[in-house]
Amino acid sequence: MKKVALAVTLFIGALLLYAAKDFSAWGDLQSPASASPVSKHFIADTGVDTEVPNMVTAVLADYRGFDTMFETVVIFIAGIAIIAILRCTGADADSPALERESDVATEPDLIVTNTVRLLIPVIQLFAFYVLAHGHVSPGGGFQGGVIMGASFILVALAWDLPKAMERLSVDRAVMLAGVGILIYAGIGLLSMLLGGEFLDYAELSHVLPVSPEMARYHAMLGVEIGVAFTVTAVMFAIYANLSTRGRLAGGL
Amino acid sequence: MTGLALFNLFILVFMVVAAVISLRLKDLLTASVVFGIYSFLMCLLWAEMGAVDVAFTEAAVGAGVSAVFLVATVFNVKRKSSD
Amino acid sequence: MFGEDGLLNELLVERFNYCVYVVLLLIGLYAMIAKNNLIKKLIGMSIFQTAIILFYVSIGVKEGGTIPIYVAEHDPHGHHAEHAAHREEANATEATEENATTAAVSNEEDHGHHAPRSLTDEETFGYANPLPHVLMLTAIVVGVATLGVALALTQRIYRAFGTIEEDDVLAAIRAEDASTVIPDLLSTKPKRVKATQRKAKKA
Repeated sequence: MKKVALAVTLFIGALLLYAAKDFSAWGDLQSPASASPVSKHFIADTGVDTEVPNMVTAVLADYRGFDTMFETVVIFIAGIAIIAILRCTGADADSPALERESDVATEPDLIVTNTVRLLIPVIQLFAFYVLAHGHVSPGGGFQGGVIMGASFILVALAWDLPKAMERLSVDRAVMLAGVGILIYAGIGLLSMLLGGEFLDYAELSHVLPVSPEMARYHAMLGVEIGVAFTVTAVMFAIYANLSTRGRLAGGL
Repeated sequence: MTGLALFNLFILVFMVVAAVISLRLKDLLTASVVFGIYSFLMCLLWAEMGAVDVAFTEAAVGAGVSAVFLVATVFNVKRKSSD
Repeated sequence: MFGEDGLLNELLVERFNYCVYVVLLLIGLYAMIAKNNLIKKLIGMSIFQTAIILFYVSIGVKEGGTIPIYVAEHDPHGHHAEHAAHREEANATEATEENATTAAVSNEEDHGHHAPRSLTDEETFGYANPLPHVLMLTAIVVGVATLGVALALTQRIYRAFGTIEEDDVLAAIRAEDASTVIPDLLSTKPKRVKATQRKAKKA
């Protein structure tokens, strides 16, 4: 098997290296990717169209909003799939095969818990900053959501999962993930109801007291919040199920 | 060669080394941590290449959450690997 | 072929990133095929994935280009307030000394009026290409979600077979298959016999 694998990888590697010779040189301004009208349009007109300084956020949430919405749905489905794979109910949950040594209740470490107590507010505040400031600096819904989810994971690591589940239970997390997608799709539907196309945020200027450009700016924040909800909830749900073999009890 | 290109080269070489080490280690917990190092080097490289948003995401996701997921799984299955 | 220093130079100096992406991709692919441990396979999968992301990000790089966030003079909001103040000042000076409206002042006034403006072609070359970044940003987050699903499947396999070594799992599955007799499989048996007969003939 190893020889076959080596042969296959070497063959593919030779093909890829042969192809790499034909790529345009490093950082070439006239390479097809850089010289294409699409990329130029995004760079040249993002400021005019949406007044968002961070082009990546604008392309992510506005120009390619439909794509991002379904990426969020993929994350949601992955969260549900993990719960479906690992969750055990009824008699299955009490089977001795699932018991572990670490399930014996131990006192959480004093130094760790106190450090985490100090860190959590900072992490969560930073998550909000990353989410809200994603238009102007690197960041956005995905990063803010992951950092927010990490803060809940940190609680579960320092104490145990039930302590974190007091704050965000897995059932509520799944609901929250759905709410995130509904926020995203709701903004899209709202712009549809106002006469535009799905996710055509400029139409929101009819209900918001701002220009069409700034309506796109603010709607982007709205969809990023939806994304952050979903990502936060799914990251925590995945950790909760992976760390306890789907029993949702005990520590790591 | 400029300083930046040298930095780039340094990271690229170390990344390959980290990838190979994380796949050769027989202790899965260590392998997961080395994989976190690999992700962090990748994130540095992207930040240097101007893809700040991608680097940020990789720092939060690759070096943070996915390493935690791997460790969580290794704790629940066997820690030793045969290869 | 490799004797020409042109090719080696082209690959190793000008396109070193592309070479490293190929190497990482191969490391990941090899691990996915040849490693026996399921978690090692998943680490290989992640390496494969980051290699492809590295390739995309490499495409988006431009020589001398900065990060895809507008610098202050292109920022649609950056200098609004400043320019407004400037304009008022300029208007005030205009009122007192009408003849002194130089080209520079009017230029600046113009600039202040429509701060968000479309960039010229030369100016777009100053920024890295944002499109690959966007595609890869979502790919990373979706990647960690799929990694989570794969790890959940690994745990499920461990629960069912008590091991995460591929060989042992396959052996256990084969043993289970051999010990169970399923009547439906009888219809496929003659074919198997034929195949073994053919093999016997060849031998």
